[in-house]
Amino acid sequence: MMFKKLMPHSSQLFVLLRPGFLVGLAILVGSLALALFPTIFAPFEPNVFNYSALKQPPSMEHWFGTDNLGRDTFSRVIWAYSVNMQMAFVATIFALVIGVTVGALVGYYGGIADAIFGRCVDAIITFPFLVLVIAVVSVLGPGLTNMYIAITLVGWVYYARLMRAEIMGQMANDYAAAGKVMGYSDRRIIFRHLLPNAITPVIVYWMTDMALAILLGSSLGYLGLGAQPPQAEWGVLIAEGRNFITTAWWLSLMPGIAIVLTGLGFSLVGDGIADLMRPRG
Amino acid sequence: MIKNAKEADTYPNILEVKQLSTSFLVGGNQLKAVDEVSFEVAEGEVLGIVGESGSGKSITLRSIIGLSRRYGEVSGEVNWHGKNLVTMPERDLRKIRGKDIAMIFQEPMSSLNPLLTVGLQIRENLVEHTNLDKSGRKNRAIELLEMVGIPDAANRLSDYPHQFSGGMRQRVMIAIALASNPKLLLADEPTTALDVTIQKQILKLILDLSKDLGMAVILVTHDLGVAAQTCDRLAVMYGGKLVETGATRDVLRDPQHRYTMGLLKSVPENIAPRTQLYSLPGTPPSLLNLPKGCAFAPRCAHRVASCADAKPPLVGATHQVACFNPVDDDQKSMGAA
Repeated sequence: MMFKKLMPHSSQLFVLLRPGFLVGLAILVGSLALALFPTIFAPFEPNVFNYSALKQPPSMEHWFGTDNLGRDTFSRVIWAYSVNMQMAFVATIFALVIGVTVGALVGYYGGIADAIFGRCVDAIITFPFLVLVIAVVSVLGPGLTNMYIAITLVGWVYYARLMRAEIMGQMANDYAAAGKVMGYSDRRIIFRHLLPNAITPVIVYWMTDMALAILLGSSLGYLGLGAQPPQAEWGVLIAEGRNFITTAWWLSLMPGIAIVLTGLGFSLVGDGIADLMRPRG
Repeated sequence: MIKNAKEADTYPNILEVKQLSTSFLVGGNQLKAVDEVSFEVAEGEVLGIVGESGSGKSITLRSIIGLSRRYGEVSGEVNWHGKNLVTMPERDLRKIRGKDIAMIFQEPMSSLNPLLTVGLQIRENLVEHTNLDKSGRKNRAIELLEMVGIPDAANRLSDYPHQFSGGMRQRVMIAIALASNPKLLLADEPTTALDVTIQKQILKLILDLSKDLGMAVILVTHDLGVAAQTCDRLAVMYGGKLVETGATRDVLRDPQHRYTMGLLKSVPENIAPRTQLYSLPGTPPSLLNLPKGCAFAPRCAHRVASCADAKPPLVGATHQVACFNPVDDDQKSMGAA
């Protein structure tokens, strides 16, 4: 029932008809379809070598050309959708859940917990995000799972910070005190009353963060810290094409375009949702 | 105007506040918001706490029910049926909150959760404090909404707070507060945010409910008119201290404290038409830096030497005053409110 009110007034729904939002939505739906059903869209197996078609430029048969082992770049870019879209979700969802919980608790209780939290946040955000993630991955060892762990370890802080501020803002409303004088438990007040009222900006941030997670995931893949070859992943594909950038430009360019396009889709949808959820006044 | 003022000794006290103090730490300085306040509330009695902004009246109310303890230091006693609420652990306090002691707030716009239907919010309280089953809770919710005068109650249970007007929301708030038949209602300026006609209705509602349910009320207000119409007894606060208490009639007709006197003189109805309205000189003291003696002394035209040195104690039997130089008989021309 909370979503009934979270859903904006019908007069605001015109936001959804803006071309930007519609384009973004189309990109995301398309990306999701490619991610879920790569077999339908990809003409070739992503990891099957074809020594009779090495480093071929884009053609009618191989739309995005082939690589130095004869693998079809178009199929590999398509197959990479499942990994990269998975990144958008998996790399952010745990950070979101942990961050929202911690942020809500420290925002509500304040005091020493809040002071300790403040120091942790300061310590973490002093470092550039990527540097810290790379450091954690280096310790844990490269690979997708470790990359997710690293991004979660660093990323939850941003959600928690946002949530803490929102909860503190909501606590200025009397309904928080009212819940208290009604004899409700802290857990009930935090998670049933405050959190649903405070979550909107977090959801908007989440949209942006998913785009960033794809960028981050492919960056780490490119550096050899994320997905490992021969898995088809955009960062990995770009890295593989790097050696042939002067002779086979399509190897790096095509996955690059996929990254830009998907990131754009998330951003446009994120903007639309932000407009939609912006408090009307 | 004043409903039969009950004699304090005919009804047993349900709440006894003794030497209640609440202070907050603000940037390393101690802010004393409530300074050794003592009063009692008898069963079914309506007690008004009046005072201007920053006099500590809301904090007094919040300290009674334990809302201040997280933010500041509360000392003294709040005796409720032989138990001291100030030292009671939070877990036990939760059983009293909402069940025996309920509270309503100033801002009806923000005291309901905007995301939940009012029916859900009433039922939430019933789940917490009663043993009613699902249909019993629904019936009780409808009954409560009807009791506070919301028309078509059964159909409004599924409405959200934004679908109600300010006055209606305050009614809903009262319905939620009354869900489990509390013995004491704490009302923190419940009518301040409402317009005058609605104010009257809400006050009447609170009074009627208090009478019908035998529920005591502590009404915090800065509006003397509201207090005069509603309360059996008044307690006047200034600078975190009680300066005068007594039956409403006594306090308003026969004010003893200079501050009460000043307040009454600044009500337009109390003076001859087309004369200049009295205004108390100066401003209330900062709670961070209260004077050593009487907090009102710097603004008082009748201060004596001892006022600056010591805080006057609250003395008297039923009509108490904290003043070294209380209003004389010949100065009492300034009478009825």
